[in-house]
Amino acid sequence: MNNKFRVFLKGIFDVSPLMIPVVPFGLIFGVLSIDIGFSPIETMGMSLIVFGGASQIVLLQLFSGGASSLVIISSVGAVNSRHLLYGAVVSEHLSDLKLVWKIVVSYFLVDQAFARSNEYFKKNKDKDKYFHLFGGGITCWVIWQTTTFLGIVLGAFIPEKLGLSFAVPLTFLALLVNDFRKLINVIVIIISGLVATFGFNYVPYKAYVIVAGVTALLTAAILTKLKKKNE
Amino acid sequence: MIALLKKEMFNDRIREILSFVPSAIFPAIIFPAIFLDNSGDFQLENNPKIMAAIIAMLIGIISQNIIATIISGLASYWFLIFMV
Repeated sequence: MNNKFRVFLKGIFDVSPLMIPVVPFGLIFGVLSIDIGFSPIETMGMSLIVFGGASQIVLLQLFSGGASSLVIISSVGAVNSRHLLYGAVVSEHLSDLKLVWKIVVSYFLVDQAFARSNEYFKKNKDKDKYFHLFGGGITCWVIWQTTTFLGIVLGAFIPEKLGLSFAVPLTFLALLVNDFRKLINVIVIIISGLVATFGFNYVPYKAYVIVAGVTALLTAAILTKLKKKNE
Repeated sequence: MIALLKKEMFNDRIREILSFVPSAIFPAIIFPAIFLDNSGDFQLENNPKIMAAIIAMLIGIISQNIIATIISGLASYWFLIFMV
């Protein structure tokens, strides 16, 4: 089998388990969007252009709350600002790609694809490693578009009291299972969570995600430095 | 040579800190989704999400398995809201 295709399939395989909780999330987005009053084409358009679960849900919440376009755009940007950090992490592995391909890859650099491909890039240095991110990213893309579409169609039949939006924090929680065993990571996790929760209503433009992230990263920088001093 | 060595150390340092990005960013989505209600107010009592998230976390730490973490979380959440 062609090595590019093998790496591509590996990307699909690695990301697939993370797609299970995306299914209810996509359905919910489709249902909520129609419920708020967006047309099916607008709803599908959001998933095609934004291609980001958390930010699209934030968009709906703010829109239904009557927020202005400027606030909505800045908030979605703030929620998505973590992708700046994803880009910074992945860029060292993608340095020999052409600009056009970097732009294509960046569209597919969603949470789940980032988490899985970053692990893969750390362990594999072969020249076809990028196809792992394509495989994972395209898998996320297909699942997200399909479930958005199903949400639009099936909207009326999904009971709201199932509370499927709870699958969202569970997905992110599941992505951290390896980090719960490391003390510095646990401290960083708690700091980020507390800053985001207490800053939720006070940080303007829903920028609590980036404020919490930067605070937690600074904490990580200090703690790893202290650890080295004591060694 | 010294310049090269310093540059390498700097890159390792940056890389080390960036390895904390998931731990620094994901909780900012997890915590508000568990502890706050839809209007952004604290919801600490009668909140099945807290217990379900703790169960999911414990299962995750023991199993190191993503699917087990998510399924145990959703299952305990539904058990708490529909059965208890």
